[in-house]
Amino acid sequence: MKVNVYVTLKPGVLDPQGKAIHHALEGLGFGGVADVRAGRFIELDVADGTSDAELDAMCARLLANTVIENYRIERP
Amino acid sequence: MKTAVIVFPGSNCDRDMAVALEQVTGRAPAMVWHRESELPDGIDFIALPGGFSYGDYLRSGAMAARSPILRAVSDAAGRGVPVLGVCNGFQVLTEAQLLPGALMRNAGLNFVCRTVALKVENSQSLFTAAYKAGEMINIPVAHHDGNYFADAETLDRIEGEGRVAFRYADAVNGSARDIAGVLNDAGNVLGMMPHPERAIDRAHGGTDGLRLFEAALGVLA
Repeated sequence: MKVNVYVTLKPGVLDPQGKAIHHALEGLGFGGVADVRAGRFIELDVADGTSDAELDAMCARLLANTVIENYRIERP
Repeated sequence: MKTAVIVFPGSNCDRDMAVALEQVTGRAPAMVWHRESELPDGIDFIALPGGFSYGDYLRSGAMAARSPILRAVSDAAGRGVPVLGVCNGFQVLTEAQLLPGALMRNAGLNFVCRTVALKVENSQSLFTAAYKAGEMINIPVAHHDGNYFADAETLDRIEGEGRVAFRYADAVNGSARDIAGVLNDAGNVLGMMPHPERAIDRAHGGTDGLRLFEAALGVLA
């Protein structure tokens, strides 16, 4: 079973990489971009029947650093 | 005094740290590989060195913080054994939740590699007792992810408890309140981005890091 995990910086946490990407987009002539936030996408191939609690624990204990990041789990 | 340096794949300041520990204690430290699940008996001081453990995969320090040896380091810290984490070692300590906060990409996105001025904020800890409160010292930094972050409540708490050991005299990497080094609540775990082991010999261009080791290793003149 493929599970998608999206890890993003919490609102309010400064994202210098997002800012640099934003500037680069503007440099390429793409106007009208208000803001850019960069995150991480992780694809897990887990055993069928892996519980939500287990997936949540994987995110909380390793995939995301909950001091600065939020995560979202997307199941098929 | 028996010391240990934890070595991860990608550590690159482990030998510098070993030189510093041997110079101060007169005895070579145990070099302990990350796969070990126990520390040698009777270790009195543990250092987590700088470098790029596990290639900084996922987040700086994230994989190292979950390696077998970290459980032993965490247990030792709980028993009061002094633990010093420098640079990547600081990142590992925050990822392992032995210290509060997190170290993010430098605000300017640049790798910063130069000697910086630090203010000694707390001169009472076992690591900083050889400095005077408010003293300015010069220690090299070399990092990409040294931007200290914690929420305002945590920052207020650690400031109030005297757990900010060092502060940058000038902005270096965007760190919250210019924090360069943080202690745990018991005071026996210190994480800092600057490299005291790179300032222990006149040939380094300065020796301001030496007193940290002398104080922590109990060999104050």
